[in-house]
Order: sequence, then structure tokens, then C-alpha cells
Amino acid sequence: MSEPLVIDREGVDALIEALIDRGYEVVGPTVRGQTILYDTITSTGDLPVGLRDRQEAGTYRLEERGDDALFGYVVGPQSFKKYLTPPGTVFWKGLRTEDGFETVEAAAPPRYAFFGARPCEVAAMRIQDDVYLPVADGVYTERRERSFTVAVNCTEPAATCFCASLGTGPAVSVGYDIALTEVLSGEHHFFLAEAGTDIGEEVLSDLSARPAHDEEVVGARRLVVHASDHMGRTLDTDGLKELLSANLTNSIWDEIGSRCLTCTNCTMVCPTCFCSTVEDRQALDGSSAERVRTWDSCFTLDFSYIHGGPVRSSPGARYRQWITHKLSTWHDQFGSSGCVGCGRCITWCPVGIDITKEAAAVRERDIRRVAVGIPSVREVLE
Amino acid sequence: MSELFDLLVEHPFFKGMSAEQVRVVADTGMPVSYREGETIFSEGGHADACWLLLDGDVALELQTPGHGPQVMQTLHAGEILGWAWMFPPYRWHFDAHVHSDTETIRFDGPRLRNAAEADPVLGYELMKRFTRILVDRMQSIRIQLLDVYSTPR
Amino acid sequence: MHPVPCRVRSVVRELDDTFTLDLEPPSDDWSFVPGQFTMLYAFGVGEVPISISGDPGDPTRLVQTIRAVGPVSDALTSVVAGDVVGVRGPFGTAWPMEFAEGRDLLIMTGGIGLAPLRPAILHTLEHRDRYGNVTLLYGARSPEDLLFADQLQQWRGRFDLEVLITVDHADRMWRGPVGVVTSLINRASFDPESAVALVCGPEIMMRFTIQELERSGMTEDRLYVSMERNMKCGIGLCGHCQLGKFFVCKDGPVLSCAAMTGACWTREV
Repeated sequence: MSEPLVIDREGVDALIEALIDRGYEVVGPTVRGQTILYDTITSTGDLPVGLRDRQEAGTYRLEERGDDALFGYVVGPQSFKKYLTPPGTVFWKGLRTEDGFETVEAAAPPRYAFFGARPCEVAAMRIQDDVYLPVADGVYTERRERSFTVAVNCTEPAATCFCASLGTGPAVSVGYDIALTEVLSGEHHFFLAEAGTDIGEEVLSDLSARPAHDEEVVGARRLVVHASDHMGRTLDTDGLKELLSANLTNSIWDEIGSRCLTCTNCTMVCPTCFCSTVEDRQALDGSSAERVRTWDSCFTLDFSYIHGGPVRSSPGARYRQWITHKLSTWHDQFGSSGCVGCGRCITWCPVGIDITKEAAAVRERDIRRVAVGIPSVREVLE
Repeated sequence: MSELFDLLVEHPFFKGMSAEQVRVVADTGMPVSYREGETIFSEGGHADACWLLLDGDVALELQTPGHGPQVMQTLHAGEILGWAWMFPPYRWHFDAHVHSDTETIRFDGPRLRNAAEADPVLGYELMKRFTRILVDRMQSIRIQLLDVYSTPR
Repeated sequence: MHPVPCRVRSVVRELDDTFTLDLEPPSDDWSFVPGQFTMLYAFGVGEVPISISGDPGDPTRLVQTIRAVGPVSDALTSVVAGDVVGVRGPFGTAWPMEFAEGRDLLIMTGGIGLAPLRPAILHTLEHRDRYGNVTLLYGARSPEDLLFADQLQQWRGRFDLEVLITVDHADRMWRGPVGVVTSLINRASFDPESAVALVCGPEIMMRFTIQELERSGMTEDRLYVSMERNMKCGIGLCGHCQLGKFFVCKDGPVLSCAAMTGACWTREV
């Protein structure tokens, strides 16, 4: 790819416009109800300009930064799976006929440009690619292959961020068409723009951008490295897959289960969670029906229901299923971790259950460990 | 006598016991045949024996008012019928009803008990074998109690 | 992902709540292997996984046995000849019929678990010379709950197939064994060093059976089970059927006990 370019806020506006001109529906961060959500945008004015998100376990607040940063926050509760596997997607419609019934394809989806995608978000889409693309579900593939991604590197991680532990950020490395790095220092406010694909380069070439000076590139890179060193949290991934698969019978799950409300928030906000269910609906007169796919969660009782009752009836078993799938069996199934370190599940858990802390607690209480530090009876007597 | 010994010493149930131990057990046994429809013992009766089934089928039954005899379990060739001879008050818990003509070796309970008391090593060998029967039956009954094939709704 | 409309040729009531549908297959080149299932769709009501219970050697029929346990299976068991139901599939893994060739075959099943094993039995009888001793051990709730009773009777008449049936509860009218299906193991003739066992039934029954088969000298690489989990898609996408690392819909339903590992039998996994 060609060398990095520099654009200003007008250049970012021009980028959005160029994407709209190419027929994309540009979706990116906007402020809705004091939360940053993804929605259709048409200019930088739609972005959460000058805002920062304060995140902690069970806490999310937006506050003024006191500057004009376009990307001075990290991720809100939504991810782009909202567009790639929209809840409520009609798979097909069925009509009763003389011969029984026939099914009709659903309408073609729009072309999306994912704007302001954080590196963890880009990594999440690549993880979902491994889930959906091999099976051609008729929804994801069409949306994903026609999409365009404008990534934004992170320079100010939140307290809940731990992408550096998973190697998914704070710099985007693959899976983007254009990557932006916002630099705000005193009077200087510019964006380093780099193409990741031919089409990304083509779009950039339409903008009035100038090549970046070396010191601009170095400065931008330094901000991202700084972010990497200032993650709010860490997840020790060393032997984590084996740790969890060996600890299914650990009593810790019941303890976490006693705190967990099984509200499903963590699975709804997780950018890689893909579990779904289908609803079959029928017109009142029985003449037509449709199958609708909605998001589902391993935290519900219905999720594992087989005749007679649910397989995972206790909250602890459901939490165990979620975290072991995310951090352990995902490797078996798809060859990678299912976690990108975005921290959403921590922020949006109403009781502040923290995946990094729980994984560390399992490590601490690994049932494979030899009891250490506990003196034997003989030692005490001697 | 030696025929009975030859039969028992080859039988899987006594596998691992010494020839001398088998001989002591064989001394307490004698061949007995039962015809289809006969009752070998009845619930509440004095438990003074056990049987090694050589051929035929025996049903362990419980009488339930209004429903007649309910079959709890059936026993077949190679299996042991009766363990209540081991424990006071030596009373049968079921009826043993012969489903088809049955050949058995009947072992005398009191004599077996005396032999076991006199020789704890033999007693332990017998205890291991009868405990296995009890464990197997308990496990089976646990599974039966779950009624796993019923239709849950 | 679209169900294919298939016409119902006939419906047989097997038991009070269990019915067998004989369907026109979804395509001209229809085929399946023993152990597979389809997603059956009742128009507007929904879709459920149902194992195929017919003859794998007959590509002109799709035979499925359904027990009415919920709204969709209720709707599917209410159909009559001439109605149309939707079919997706076949999905899932097969019983190890080739691996079992040249060996004794022990087929252990309980309740409606006989349905997903019937294709394996029919395949075995069709290619009888490829297998050693073949034994079917079947446990049911009571003599009235025996699935495919006529066919069981017919199979019992064969000299090349040993059929042993036991029930959990019976009165004196029942002349056969009473007790759990595992109590039949020591009456079956098979070489524990090489035989292959196919096991299908309620999960508790399968766990109990595997323990007993291992006690009889069989090893877990020759023990196969068919697992049941909630399924919405059949293609490893909806996530519902996960059992440890497996998606039961595509990595199963037939799994070798060697592959299952202890994790899969852990409580509430």
C-alpha cells in the first residue's frame, strides 16, 4: 500500500461523502441517550465530537473532553454485528399454496461502510467471518462482503480495555480498507490515513490529502504504542484454554452464578457472540409464515432446553458455558480466542462481573494445582 | 459332590476363590429344579438360602393391592438369587416367581454363614461377591426409579 | 436454509405419543447415512431436529419417527397423508458402520432411542456378512411402550440377529426380562476386545451403559453415542447445541466416547 496521508476534519467529511457517493450507507458512532451507539452518519457533525466515555465495571458515563476530538472515546454497547446479523432478520417468507407451501427469499441488504471501527471491532468482525462465511447463512455473507471498513486506531483506552492482552489492538493490523489515527496536540489536529486495500486506496485518492511527514507518522505511532502500555485491564492468556477446560467442576462457577443475574447483557454487547434463535411466525389466517432470526444468549434457560428441561439450569453453568466458550472451546471450533478485549461485557454487566478478574480467579483456584502454602498436620505439630 | 465342585470352580461367580474355599461352599449346595409358575420364596418368609441359576428365568415380584404382582426384576442363568440370608432378621423382601423351568444350585444359608464366621477370609470373598450383586441391583433400581423413558411435558 | 416442502405419504401411530411419518424425499437424489437427522418444519409453527428412522438403502422414502413433546412435534404428529411438511437436511454424523465391519456389533438402546438406530440395524441386516455377532439390547418403560414392536418380533425370528428386550416395569403377563438394559449385557455374545457398541437413549441411560460396557472390557474408542441437544439451525451456527467444543448438529449427533472426553459428561455442560 502507498504511504500514509494526512487529512483534517474536512478531509474526514470528504471521506464520509465519498463513501456515500459510492453507494454505501455509512454507519458509525453517534450520541443517543447519553450513550455512544452506531447509527447512520452523513458528516463528522454526527460523531460524538469532543466527548469521552468513562467506563468501569457496571459503569458508563459520557463527559466533555474540552477539545474537538472526533474519536476521543472507545466503544459503546453496540458493535457492527448489529448490521451484519441484524436481530429480526427475515430469513425467508413462506406462502401457502395448493401444493403445500413455497418459500421466498428476503430482500437484498444495503451496502454498509463501517466508520470509526476500533481495532477490537475489526478483529471481532474477522472472528465472526470464521463463524459465518464457511456456512453461507444467507444473511452475514452478503452484508460482510459488500461492506467497507474505516478503522480508527486507539490512543486513549478505557479502564475496561484489554485488547493488548489479546493482540487485537490498539493498532489495527488487518481487515480494514482505510485506517485513521487521530492526532490532537495543541494547535495540531490531524488524521493519519492509511489504506489497507486497493479500494481503500482508491477512495483515499479522491480526497485532497497530502503525504504525511515522517514526524507526523512517528508521533501518531507513538500515541498508539502509549495506548498499548496503558490498558485498563489485562487478561493472562497463557494456558487459558486448558485452564478453563480443566476447571469445569470448579466450585467457583456456583459462586459467580450467585452474583450473575443471567440478564444476557454480556452476550448482547459482545461483538463476537453469535448465538441466535429463529422465530416462526404465521399470519392469523394461516396463509403465510416467515422465519425470523433474533439474537439469543446462552444465559437464558430456553437456550439449552430439550424436552424435559434445560441442560444448563444453574446460572453458574451458564456463566461457565459463556466464558469457556469465549476463551477455551472457541479455539477448538474456530482456531482463535472468541474474545477481542473490548471490555464491553465488563462495562455493561449490571453487577460488574469482570471476565478478566474471573479468569484470574479460576487460575488462582485451579483445581489442578497442588495445595501449596498449607502446612501439613505434622509440620504444625513439629 | 465332585460334579458340583467342578461346576462351581469353573463358574464366573466364584472366579478368584481358592479350590478349598469353593469346596467349602460346594458342601453347602445341592441341585434343585423348579417348574414354571412355582414360587421359590415369598416376601416375609425366612431367608435361609441362596440360589445360583443355571438355566431358566426367575422374577422378583412385589404384590401391590389392586394391581396384582408387579415384576421388579428378572434373574437369569448365571445370576445369583437371594441375599437376605446374610443379614438378620433373615427375611425375604420379594416373592421369587419362576417364569420358566429353572435349574439351580441351592446353597444353605445358615451353613454358609457358619462357614464365613469360621473363616473370615472365605467370608470376605463371599462378601465381595454378594456386595457386588447388591451394588448392581441398587444402581439398576436407581435408574429404573428415574423412569428415563417417560415422556416429559 | 429454506425448508423443502415434502408430502406425507402415510402416518403410522407407533405409541400413544409417537408417530412415524413416511415422506416423499426432498430431492430426487435423496440419500442419508444411519445416524443422521433432519430439521422438520410445521408450517408457521416451527422446526425441530428429528432423527431419520428409515432404511438407508431405500432412496425413495424419508421415514422419520417423532414423539410429541412440544408445540412443533405436536403439530408434526397431527399431520395426515397428503399434508406437506418442510425438510432441511440430512444433517450430522453417522454411526461407524464401516469401522464396525469385521467386528461384533452391540446395539444398545432405550425408549425412542431405537428410532435413530433403526437405519443402522437395517444397514447391518442388508450387509449382514460384513459383521460378526450382532446383538440388539433394547430397554423400554413397559411392554406397552416397545417401539416398532412388530419389527422387533420379526427381528427376533432371525437367526443372524440376537434381540434381547427388557422393560422397567411389568406385570406377570410379560414373559421377558425386567430390569435395566445393562442387565442384558452379560447375555449378549460379543468379543469385548474388538466389538463396537452403538448406544442411543436418554443421557442417563447412555452414561450408565457406557460405564457397564467399560466394565465388561470395552474401550471408549469403540463406544459410540448419539447426543441430544437443543438445535435451531442444524449447521453449527445458532450455538444452541454446544456440548463442550462440539456443535452436536454437525460434529454429532453420533460421537465416539473417546472424542467426548470427560468434559462432555460434566454436569450441565
